[in-house]
Amino acid sequence: MTPVPPSASHLTSRHKTNWSEMWRSVLRLSGRWRFVLGIAGALFVWTAAFSPWASFAFGYPGKMTLSGFPGGARVYLLPLLLLVSLLFFTLPVGATAGVRAALGLLFIAGYNFIAISWEGDGVDAVAWGAWIALLGSLLLLWAFASFLWEEADGRSLSGQTAGHTAVKLPDPIWQMLLVFGGVPALLICFVYALDVEESSRFVSLICCLGAGSAALSSLGFFNWTSELLARQRTFAVILLLIAALVFPFTQDGNGYWLRVLISVGVFASAAIGLNIVVGLTGLLDLGYIAFFGIGAYVSALLSDADFTTVHVRVPFLLVLLIGATVAGLVGIFVGAPTLRLRGDYLAIVTLGFGEIFRITMNNWNGLTRGPNGIAGISDLEIPSLFGSTPLNFGDAHEVFGVSLPNFANYYFLCIFLFIGMAILFSRLGNSRIGRAWMAIREDEIAASSMGVNPVRFKLLSFALGASMAGAAGTVSAHVTQQVSPDSFTFMESILLLAAVVLGGMGTIPGALLGAGVFYLLPEKLRAFQDVRMLMFGAALIIMMRYRPEGLIPNRRRKAEFREEKSRFSAGFLKGTGELDLMQQNPVQEGGT
Amino acid sequence: MTELLQVRGLSVRYGMIEAVKDVSFAVSEGAIVSLVGANGAGKTTILRTISGLLPPVAGEVFFADQPLAHLPAHEIVASGLAHVPEGRRVFPRMTVRENLDLGAFVCGQGNNIDADLERVHTLFPILAERAGQKAGTLSGGEQQMLAIARALMSRPRLLMLDEPSMGLAPLITQRIFDIVAELREQGTTVLLVEQNAQAALSLADKGYVLESGSVVLVGTGADLLMNEDVRKAYLAE
Repeated sequence: MTPVPPSASHLTSRHKTNWSEMWRSVLRLSGRWRFVLGIAGALFVWTAAFSPWASFAFGYPGKMTLSGFPGGARVYLLPLLLLVSLLFFTLPVGATAGVRAALGLLFIAGYNFIAISWEGDGVDAVAWGAWIALLGSLLLLWAFASFLWEEADGRSLSGQTAGHTAVKLPDPIWQMLLVFGGVPALLICFVYALDVEESSRFVSLICCLGAGSAALSSLGFFNWTSELLARQRTFAVILLLIAALVFPFTQDGNGYWLRVLISVGVFASAAIGLNIVVGLTGLLDLGYIAFFGIGAYVSALLSDADFTTVHVRVPFLLVLLIGATVAGLVGIFVGAPTLRLRGDYLAIVTLGFGEIFRITMNNWNGLTRGPNGIAGISDLEIPSLFGSTPLNFGDAHEVFGVSLPNFANYYFLCIFLFIGMAILFSRLGNSRIGRAWMAIREDEIAASSMGVNPVRFKLLSFALGASMAGAAGTVSAHVTQQVSPDSFTFMESILLLAAVVLGGMGTIPGALLGAGVFYLLPEKLRAFQDVRMLMFGAALIIMMRYRPEGLIPNRRRKAEFREEKSRFSAGFLKGTGELDLMQQNPVQEGGT
Repeated sequence: MTELLQVRGLSVRYGMIEAVKDVSFAVSEGAIVSLVGANGAGKTTILRTISGLLPPVAGEVFFADQPLAHLPAHEIVASGLAHVPEGRRVFPRMTVRENLDLGAFVCGQGNNIDADLERVHTLFPILAERAGQKAGTLSGGEQQMLAIARALMSRPRLLMLDEPSMGLAPLITQRIFDIVAELREQGTTVLLVEQNAQAALSLADKGYVLESGSVVLVGTGADLLMNEDVRKAYLAE
């Protein structure tokens, strides 16, 4: 591998502030000490994992007062420790990964330390295990960080950060086997994580998973997996679909998480619609939830609910169409005058529209029953495939000897809804229409010079996005069984938008993951009641600082944010190096 | 030769500022016509008005004897008039191929564009090599080639080029102008707007010199190149 030119490393180090220089000179370790401290740190954490963390007998969950076994949050140290121990053999390449994993250990130790002293009214409640966990993880962090500093100072030239290794995949058979094993593993992890109830354990698990994936990502693991999934896309999608369909069977007839996942599915479907508007066409819509609300109200009013103003019952499949159509028409009505405006104005207008919708619903007592909303919406009924009696979504079923709660019906419906939206999105995105949308996003004037009618295509995008939200809304009304104006606040629009941006703009898995993060994580973090949104906001800021392209970016966006880095590494890894490129160029230019 | 494009008494304002004052000119079918002039002479404004991006205050534009005034930009492209805008304006986050596909947008869905693709790839082989690369990562010269190729994908009868030499090295500029000459050979009419008067006029069948929004000189390219005033004002002699 070609080493980095020393001059480049000097350049980067010159830009650092004097403060960090000072810290480094104090904390710098010489070669042997790094290993000594690192191994000591690892041993400390190993010991800590089997030692008591809390010295009081009450309250703190997970049997953290016991020694001899890694109960409670302690168990989540072990995977990271294993990773760290393996990383010792990859040094100095694995230094970045080591720092990330060590940070994860530190977070787990630190969080539990604080939580124990909080609940036990003082540091006295903390037992020695937690202390050495802190100490050990700090030592590990120090050891790995000193490898990084050395690199930055240009003293060691061999340790370029990993993660840019050219992606090498095994044979197709192995690829399929890996996917085949990976997807059930994911399902098992997911079911396991849902089962983790105490907040201390869950936060530790999140730290473990987060740090672990950050570490693996710096080793290029996710480049590798995304390449693998790109090659085996159809296969992976089918397996994921099967995994999603199998999930209700893992719940022992309990509907709680199904209920949560239904809202994830509904909002993910709506997020795909928003992805068309924001991600593909580049229109900022801050009142998107209103279209979702329109669908929900249409569905609520046409379902002959217990508390309603309209006493008709329309078959659901028709309601789905009506809801989507009405939302789309309102989209055109709002969009037609405003889409002639550029940029920020549209955001303001849609913001106003969202509020107008909510306030109208709140005051139109004759139709929407105002703040009381429409309640007692009956369960869905659709014609059964197997018999003459219609399938009622309120019934529990027994399938293959496993009892499925009634929410499983809605869960399956949501999967179909999401698939429908996903197919629509990907077909549109790769079509002539999708190209026109992207061109408008890039440069509206240039697009119109290409013969794209900007107003018409923006309107189409806006209306389609609106009707997709409307369709998702019709399902949502039956799931929640009641519809009221306070479900459609500005905050909801922002959450959907944030889900799209966080997940990765313009991608389907991104929309799903974003919705998952925004509607699943708050359920798991209920213990934090008041500060939950604060933590969430902080997490978002950190996320946008360190991964601006979103969790699952599409290739185009990823390249855009990581351009310089990847351009450098591309030349670096091909073995050609920047120098070779430079040597070729004068020849070419001279020839022309 | 028939006049493909006729501009009569065109005036354009930006608020109170009259950028183009009563300009008339014509472009014959199969010819290269150059509009030259200094910064702020109104060259770009004229092109933007013809292609429908700016509304004229007065005057008429006829393209193939059809009036263009007040048609929206996207309909004007469809009538066979392609505009390569100043500063190239390729779609940076889309691939080269996607940019070309968009150029063929007016040809409609399902229309076979393979022949057009082959034509632009023959003119600009580099674009075939870079088909999967994002347009924003191309060099300035390559972006200019892409912008021209993109415009050609709409099968234009008249190609309007706005400052194709802007910000490019002399060698690349020369190549761009060679290609413009080649396009004429292939039967495309070209309206060329340039600050680089030497290059633009030596290529042109007919030239118009603009000064603060008005046409001050008309002639064949060769005549204008010999003209004392032009030599003084634009060729730094």
